[in-house]
Amino acid sequence: MVQFTLPRNSKVGKGKHFPVPAGAKTVKTFKVYRYDPETSANPRWDTYEVAVDQCGPMVLDALLHIKNTMDPTLAFRRSCREGVCGSCAMNIGGRNTLACTHAWDEVPGEAVQISPLPHMPVVKDLVPDLTLFFAQYASIEPWLQTDTPTPQTEWGQAPQDRAKLDGLYECILCACCSTSCPSYWWNGDKYLGPAALLQAYRWLVDSRDEATGARLDDLEDPFKLYRCHTIMNCAQVCPKGLNPAKAIAGIKRMLVERVV
Amino acid sequence: MSGKANANYRTALSRARGLGAAHHGVSDFIFERLSGIALVPLSLWAVYGAIKVAPLGYDTAALALRHPLNALLALLLMGASFAHMKAGLRVVIEDYLEVPATKVLALMLNSAICWLGWALSSFAILWVAFGAAHH
Repeated sequence: MVQFTLPRNSKVGKGKHFPVPAGAKTVKTFKVYRYDPETSANPRWDTYEVAVDQCGPMVLDALLHIKNTMDPTLAFRRSCREGVCGSCAMNIGGRNTLACTHAWDEVPGEAVQISPLPHMPVVKDLVPDLTLFFAQYASIEPWLQTDTPTPQTEWGQAPQDRAKLDGLYECILCACCSTSCPSYWWNGDKYLGPAALLQAYRWLVDSRDEATGARLDDLEDPFKLYRCHTIMNCAQVCPKGLNPAKAIAGIKRMLVERVV
Repeated sequence: MSGKANANYRTALSRARGLGAAHHGVSDFIFERLSGIALVPLSLWAVYGAIKVAPLGYDTAALALRHPLNALLALLLMGASFAHMKAGLRVVIEDYLEVPATKVLALMLNSAICWLGWALSSFAILWVAFGAAHH
């Protein structure tokens, strides 16, 4: 059966409290999921009273402020701090998004609650293990496949064909969509998930690619593709405003076109 | 992953590829939709017929079912209903059951119950349509 509750050793307990530092003008409470693989202790919620007048407007600014001035043990991924690398994807206020492009004053409720991307193994604190997620991306062979000898110049593509890649090529593989999808939670080992499928569609509709049939062959599967039940969480949470559900519908349409 | 002694040495790509694609699914996808669409007019007809015939007693209902068009539509309704139900429940079972034995048993039960329901209801329709007017 699908597990609807956390296993006993994953239940989240009450953690440490870091009180507001002296001299703070504006204070915001951050409730952060903590897990240390070095100990056998259960995960815990640590609360930090952050002097937000001393940090930037985004959740990532607050996390960096916490790490730099309050608690250097806090672990999270970050790199570009402008929404193009996808490293700082996490669950903020119950919603998957990028910490670097989400402002802390936009999070509803008293405290800003932050936990790692849902239903993924946790490496430490806010760092999820995305090994399988990236392997699923690799499994759709995300590169141009051709049998025609490579031309002397670049592969040609009409502007209207190039336009078909808009809304697809922008995906930064942050995993917000896949880890918000209940189908991916229950069958993430077999279902490729919205991110990998959006990428698969990106190559299916690329006019330069010559492996469309083989790509469709590898996707036609009750689990790899058809676990998508158009729940639409993927489109709801995508921090880049993309619509993976629409891309998956595109794959399903191509498969129907092939037989009808 | 974990550094335990029984760590899984399969590569991530091997796990992602799994047993490969089944190369089927599109016909199920089309059938789910077609049976769903067929059920819209068939259900409307059934509800309309039931409301019209309900106050008039068993004999009138049986007489109505003896009309070839009504009998045919009733048979199609049962066929589409149980086929659609079987396809839908199959997806629910595949979604939520993990243990192979439980899953296979549930899929077999689903199949058996839907086939039985279809056969019984169709037989009942034919029984009445071909003359069992008196009970």
